[in-house]
Amino acid sequence: MDAFTRLKGLVVPLDRANVDTDAIIPKQFLKSIKRTGYGPYLFDEWRYADRGEPGMDCSQRPLREDFVLNQPRYQGASILLARENFGCGSSREHAPWALLDYGFRCIIAPSFADIFYNNCFKNGILPVVLDAGIVDRLFAECEATPGYELDVDLAAQTVTTPTGDAFPFEVDAFRKHCLLHGLDDIGLTLTHADVIRAYEARRRKEAPWLGI
Amino acid sequence: MGKTLFDKVWDQHVVMENEDGSTLLYIDRHLIHEVTSPQAFEGLRLAGRKPWRPSAAVATPDHNVPTMDRERGIDDPVSRAQVEALDANCREFGITEFGMDDIRQGIVHVVGPEQGLTLPGMTVVCGDSHTSTHGAFASIAMGIGTSEVEHVLATQCLIQKKPKRMRITVEGPLPAGVTGKDVALYIIGRIGTAGGTGHAIEYAGQAVRELSMEGRMSLCNMSIEAGARCGMVAVDEVTLEYVKGRPYAPRGELWERAEAAWRELHSDDDAAFDVEHVFEAADIAPQVSWGTSPEMVVPVTGRVPRLAEARDAVQRESWRRALEYMGLREGTPITDIAVDKVFIGSCTNGRIEDLRAAAEIARGRKVAASVKQALVVPGSGLVRKQAEDEGLDVIFREAGFEWREPGCSMCLAMNADRLEPGERCASTSNRNFEGRQGMGGRTHLVSPAMAAAAAIAGHFVDVRAL
Ligand code: SF4
Repeated sequence: MDAFTRLKGLVVPLDRANVDTDAIIPKQFLKSIKRTGYGPYLFDEWRYADRGEPGMDCSQRPLREDFVLNQPRYQGASILLARENFGCGSSREHAPWALLDYGFRCIIAPSFADIFYNNCFKNGILPVVLDAGIVDRLFAECEATPGYELDVDLAAQTVTTPTGDAFPFEVDAFRKHCLLHGLDDIGLTLTHADVIRAYEARRRKEAPWLGI
Repeated sequence: MGKTLFDKVWDQHVVMENEDGSTLLYIDRHLIHEVTSPQAFEGLRLAGRKPWRPSAAVATPDHNVPTMDRERGIDDPVSRAQVEALDANCREFGITEFGMDDIRQGIVHVVGPEQGLTLPGMTVVCGDSHTSTHGAFASIAMGIGTSEVEHVLATQCLIQKKPKRMRITVEGPLPAGVTGKDVALYIIGRIGTAGGTGHAIEYAGQAVRELSMEGRMSLCNMSIEAGARCGMVAVDEVTLEYVKGRPYAPRGELWERAEAAWRELHSDDDAAFDVEHVFEAADIAPQVSWGTSPEMVVPVTGRVPRLAEARDAVQRESWRRALEYMGLREGTPITDIAVDKVFIGSCTNGRIEDLRAAAEIARGRKVAASVKQALVVPGSGLVRKQAEDEGLDVIFREAGFEWREPGCSMCLAMNADRLEPGERCASTSNRNFEGRQGMGGRTHLVSPAMAAAAAIAGHFVDVRAL
């Protein structure tokens, strides 16, 4: 996983509440057994006018011009501005894989669904929760300002606007640490292998029906 | 102060607590299917790791499997590759798999309880959001992503932050014609799809206790649609009765010991919850979702809402989009909505009791001529067999339903079963998101009896009036 420290990037506003992971990456693309290559199919049904199938050459497909990701001014965006309960529904990690593969490293929303939020951290994407009022303001500024960029600093836990307003955000200490250093948490857990074995030995006596 | 059910089970699974407040939580049971596991197994291989305790994991393919002509194998080469990858990974890593030709194969959340792989007081995970189903057995059951699937395979643990506790009490007896599915949809309609975010829900109250295990599973299954980490129901006689004698359940002296421990799995009288909701069962009628989110739901006696009734601009905009996508006009009575297809199945409603309820309605009747297809897809090979032993397949076939092989099928349309653009479906599944059952498809979530009734009438009807 790539570390995330600080990101200054172009912002694209996705003005919909309850964006679900089926919308982020539709099921037909879940047949892949890889972690990469999902970017062209991100938001497939909203982005393209035809029915997407795995392996299609997306550069040849008809676009829905009005969808925000297709607008020329938002090309190259790395920060997604979203509404409440972003990433709800299916646990598919293909959703953050698709966002990452497309080029997003940070998503800002008033709230996220739990599993999606967690999946982001495992893939070097920073989900930032800001107050609904602040998110409203960012939407307005972003839509009014071509080339609108935000500066997201994980170490300082701030999002800074082009005019210099800085908004603090919360992030769990362990997740922050892993993300800042690009750490593999399986390796970290395995450093406690003895503790896990001791737990198992105790449980075997307490609850022998578990077959531990 | 007393402990909640969630706290009791959680505390038994804490391996260690880190200074930052995160917990290393031990996982008793890991269920695996073909869609969210290949990258996890690949990760293990790349890192040269082995599963920590292979006997904790059990796998079965469900999302991609065909529901007819199964002896021909899987036509779609991409789906086939994914199912074959599961077979190969299970062989390589020594994990028990109920493969496509095993009668125990089925939707992972139907198979786990049916086999006694899910036991009270366990921690259960699966790379699938509807893992919350297993909470019906007073287990902490959570959906996880693929990176966590790999983490659990490699360490038998998960790094977790303790969620908050919420209790949802449904008081009074369950009215006739109202099922666990209706209770679930009603609750989501009231608290919203983010109402449970960050929380573990415990369902309590007379109406919940009156539900069978199947009904409790439908209810817990949809906890994720309320945004919760998991949903649970305390152990009682109904739970014990269901578990006893299952293939993987303990027997003899071990059963006695387990039963004594399981009887403790309820919240203490003086336990405190972070949030409490109380509803009256008498207020719950059979539910029908009208929009593209499970919270967009009304009783069958109701109407599609009007935009003016939305609470704010964000909701008004999502209602407007939903009406447009669903091809519905504001204020339309639910019973005026005609359906093109009917789907009975899924991890929410693919169990034997669900099929019995649907067959009860279908018996001696015919699917309306205007309905293009009505599918019945059992949740597992064993559910299918039991239904056939009871003659339910004959009832369905005579009424004009198609009787299929077990799998997820049209719940998410990863196999050949799907809606075409614009088609409207009465579905017993759990998600009515845009495109969920096929691009442009329109889903209305209902109980099995309501779905069968819609198939017969050609439009939604109140099952209580039949
Ligand atoms: S039946 Fe539907 S919701 Fe359940 S596991 Fe299968 S695809 Fe997921």
